[in-house]
Amino acid sequence: MKNFDAVSHIKGKSIYIDDYPLPEGTLHAVVFDSKIAHGKIVNLSLEKAKVSKGVSAILTAKDIPSENQIGGIIEDETLLAEDEVHFIGEPIAIVLADSVTNARKAVKEIEIEFEELPIITNPREAFSKNSLIAPPVTFSSGNVSDAWNNCDTIIDGTIDSGGQEHLYLETQGAISIPIEGNKIKIISSTQSPTGVQRKAAKVLGVPMHQVEVDVLRLGGAFGGKEDQATVWGVLSALAAFILDKPIKLVLSREDDLRMTGKRHPYSSDYKMGLTKDGKILAYEVTFYQNAGAVADLSTAVLDRTLFHATNCYYIPNVKATGISCKTNLPPNTAFRGFGGPQGMFVIEAAIVKAASALGLQAYDIQRINLLKNNDLFYYGQKVENSQAISSWDSAVNLFNSKELIEKKNKFNKNNSLFKKGISFMPICFGISFTSSFLNQASALVHVYTDGSVGISTGAVEMGQGVNAKIATAASKIFSIDITKVKVESTNTTRAANTSPTAASSAADMNGNATILACKQILNRLIDFARTELNASEEDDIKIENEKVFINGEASNLIWSDLISKAYFGRISLSAQAYYRTPEIYFDRDINKGSPFAYHVYGTAISTVTLDVIRGTYKFDSVKIMHDFGKSLNRNIDIGQVEGALVQGIGWMTIEEIRHSANGKLLANTLSTYKVPDIYSIPKEIEVKFLENSENRFGPFNSKAIGEPPFMYGIGAYFAILDAMNSVRPNKEFEISAPLTPEKVLLALYS
Amino acid sequence: MAENIEFFLNAKKISTNVHPAKTLLDFIRVDESLKGTKEGCREGDCGACTVLVGEINNDQLKYKSVNSCLYPIGNADGKHVVTIEGLNNERLTPIQEEFNNEGATQCGFCTPGFVNSLTGYVIEHKELNNIDAETSIAGNICRCTGYSSIKRTAENVVEKINSLNLESQSRIIALVERDILPKYFLEIEEKLKSFDIKPANKCISKSTIIGGGTDLFVQHADSLMNEDVSFAKNFGLNNIQVIDNECVVGASITIEEFKNSEIIKKHFPSLMKQLEMFASLPIRNSATIGGNLVNASPIGDSAIIFLALNAKLRICNNNNFRIINLNQFHKGYKTFDLYEDEIIEDIIFQLPTENEYFNFEKVSKRTYLDIASVNSALNISVTNRIINSAHLSAGGIAPIPLYLSETSNFLKGKGVSSETILDALNIVQSEISPISDIRGSAEYKRILLSQLLKAHFIKLFPELIDVEVLL
Repeated sequence: MKNFDAVSHIKGKSIYIDDYPLPEGTLHAVVFDSKIAHGKIVNLSLEKAKVSKGVSAILTAKDIPSENQIGGIIEDETLLAEDEVHFIGEPIAIVLADSVTNARKAVKEIEIEFEELPIITNPREAFSKNSLIAPPVTFSSGNVSDAWNNCDTIIDGTIDSGGQEHLYLETQGAISIPIEGNKIKIISSTQSPTGVQRKAAKVLGVPMHQVEVDVLRLGGAFGGKEDQATVWGVLSALAAFILDKPIKLVLSREDDLRMTGKRHPYSSDYKMGLTKDGKILAYEVTFYQNAGAVADLSTAVLDRTLFHATNCYYIPNVKATGISCKTNLPPNTAFRGFGGPQGMFVIEAAIVKAASALGLQAYDIQRINLLKNNDLFYYGQKVENSQAISSWDSAVNLFNSKELIEKKNKFNKNNSLFKKGISFMPICFGISFTSSFLNQASALVHVYTDGSVGISTGAVEMGQGVNAKIATAASKIFSIDITKVKVESTNTTRAANTSPTAASSAADMNGNATILACKQILNRLIDFARTELNASEEDDIKIENEKVFINGEASNLIWSDLISKAYFGRISLSAQAYYRTPEIYFDRDINKGSPFAYHVYGTAISTVTLDVIRGTYKFDSVKIMHDFGKSLNRNIDIGQVEGALVQGIGWMTIEEIRHSANGKLLANTLSTYKVPDIYSIPKEIEVKFLENSENRFGPFNSKAIGEPPFMYGIGAYFAILDAMNSVRPNKEFEISAPLTPEKVLLALYS
Repeated sequence: MAENIEFFLNAKKISTNVHPAKTLLDFIRVDESLKGTKEGCREGDCGACTVLVGEINNDQLKYKSVNSCLYPIGNADGKHVVTIEGLNNERLTPIQEEFNNEGATQCGFCTPGFVNSLTGYVIEHKELNNIDAETSIAGNICRCTGYSSIKRTAENVVEKINSLNLESQSRIIALVERDILPKYFLEIEEKLKSFDIKPANKCISKSTIIGGGTDLFVQHADSLMNEDVSFAKNFGLNNIQVIDNECVVGASITIEEFKNSEIIKKHFPSLMKQLEMFASLPIRNSATIGGNLVNASPIGDSAIIFLALNAKLRICNNNNFRIINLNQFHKGYKTFDLYEDEIIEDIIFQLPTENEYFNFEKVSKRTYLDIASVNSALNISVTNRIINSAHLSAGGIAPIPLYLSETSNFLKGKGVSSETILDALNIVQSEISPISDIRGSAEYKRILLSQLLKAHFIKLFPELIDVEVLL
């Protein structure tokens, strides 16, 4: 079983928002957005634009029937700007016309005057001016202040990591269709169908049952459509509601790049204390998160940074503070790893510096501080089933790291035009939404009278293969061929109050809900078969490979006949089930608890060759030992590891988000913003499955896969840095990701 | 003004009067409702819209991949356009099958583009290899898979198709026999030949002339729809030949045609590989040499190469022609010596003599499919370690692609040594004026050009250089 829709993808038959056949009379929407990063709207004149060819209407904040509010965690985000704008790309008006071309022409006819206000783009500046999204949050354990006295070495420093554009290949978009009875159906490219539904209902002033959201698939998302698909879904719904016409709104790439938020850039200060043999005794870190102009998911992202500030290391004294800083940039948002990578990058950089101070190798410090069972995370959770050491040791042994290091050293001794570098990147990533209430899911399973199965859950398919995993779980429970199982679109009328497909948790939670629903039906079928086969209570009835077995012997009853008979026997062939992740809690007053169902571990070893003359680099290999639990689908899981790794490498190397002093995104096209291409990837990527890992929280002992491997990409930075150290052994380099060829060359030669 | 455009879209004959500057992508998706071709960026940087274009060339049907978002429908006249729908058989083709086997599709949005690119490679090459297969899909961006599964797919396809030992007079027939292409492909060649051939007509009007359109359509796709346009392909400037030891390159020659020409293969073998850093295959398949020069980007790769080759331009209008040196052509940022009624006809340069060496260097944020931060070319003649002549050029360090005349003059008569290079670095720094922009800071560009100058010598004369002095 591959991705559920693989064949239709390959034939070009899978449809995305831009491909839907449109209902008659559909109007096309283009958004008019702010061209300045902060200011008051002094005058907005739509007269010329309204008479532009093909235009039906132009809507502004004044046209909103109910609340102009789409903020998720904090209600600080308008759908359309009212008197003031806070970032370039903030929607001000929406133009509806008979074609995209005409709508676009009309947008250019809109006249606006601003009174410009001062802007902030830097999080530290925002902090100094008390421009915050929320009060700072601190997680701590032990006593850092006391611990410094016991350390042989104390190092400190400042570290920056950059933003990252999601670059889902399918841009944001939605189609809204008015339906009789004042209803709106929104076909949306969103990770959060319920989020779109809730906000649309609020803006339109209708009950949630008047809004239906349907999601067939997303052409990639990576977190970029968790919160930020909502605005486009709701804008199209607003226009459909007011004009009583179907509305299509699909962003051009240019609009998408300009208007939507990215991964949060961070600037961080750290201090680390160690014994002379490399044991980390204390770690203090302050994260200045560049949140952009409104909260979006920033506070939750910052939480995860704080949860992953020490990566997979046990440190007895920790103080981690996160400050979400409000700036005049588009609201930064969820992106694979959700703040975790930003936190882990800092401690890895600190370890590299500590190694240099102590005359040790970074991997020596990494290895001796790995988490062990029964260690306590600084946020109070006990470490259970730790695979930190096992994955590290397996990687070191299987990939023969000693030889890799020797080869590198030998190469560097004999070459001056090229230098090789190596890094080890262990990961530990907590699985569960850190907002505990989101850890719930439901599934609705129908068995049709011919034995085919239809499943609806809250999980959204965006290429990560969740549908295949859900179908696999159902086919295993029923013991039927997977081709009999179909996973339906994600629809708010079939799965209500859904959590976003995020936090790597969709397959876990929706898969578990599916298993529960299937088991309900299975139990009814077993009881029915018992009667059908005149078996007694003691007889063991099982369905295996679409056949009914009594006490291990096949009966004449096969799946399709069983189902048909059960229907005539008036047995319910449908079930709905609900799952919530057990045993998790977190006390926000003291920032302690056990927020994660479990953790995912693994270790990557990366090697790189640096071109000393040109400042460019090429990765020779990345070898990964990953903790999949018992993988539910190896093909899909390997694809997730490979894809996440390359995305992580992109974040650390060539993907550079910069803004001008006036808040304008500089790399605002694909000719200037560069994601990895086929030549950017390591020559060799080897992914191995860690043995003997179980997980009682995952369907069939599997583990979540979406985000954790992204953080293997962090190793790319430190491999290059290692090579740079071979060129200039006595120079201390500034740590600032991404480590572009420009930064490398400047660091070596300026 | 709209004249009739005729071509085949998959198996269907199209005869249309739409504006010839309409993009093929819009025609396919909107006019023909074929939704398998995706819009990802509209600037030729993602490959989601890749289609194949087949045309009769020297009596042979040849296919190449292009970005339909930048391809004006006027350029499709008389050709065969193939979208994913036109590749589908009832069952997955053996190429598609490998995508499925490897799980080389996740969200699926980029997949049709990859299938098209790889199929184009299989159609056009009798002996497949992994390196070229990878090149064929290098203009396609995938954000999900990290490419590993796609690379495995390409390798499997290479092995699978090679093992079929397709022996047939016509590759198309062989591929149809193996269900790699649908049956209708058998009739395309005849059908294309039945189109009236419009004779080459180098009549220059005041309309906007479109070459490959690969830069024009990034910026001006909308406005071109309101303009009177003509197509450079109709001018008949698509020869590359040697006349009296000079290479004469027609301005409509595409970058890929130039790169693969026998002349370049023979005289500049390293350039072939280096030109792979010029955009991507689908762009190189469309973009023309002449178009790249009049696009006048200060960082254009072909201008840098031709400057170091000390090339001349033959410029003509309807009545006359004139010849100027390329290093006199670019006047200021995006301005150049060409009157409204003129076009570049040919680019002319001397073929290298025995002691001449050529090198091209380019550094960009991403090595491939990216625009350079700085690029540079050096053409140098050396006898007995003494430099007879040198032509050095660089891009990204001035408002125009720059011929570095002072450094070139300085090098003349000097010995090839690290000392010479170090002296040359000082001179080169005095004749450039880089600015900070999205491709890099001014400081970076200054350092980078010095590094590339070192790289030229290290690459061309490794045994004559003391590398340690240069690090």
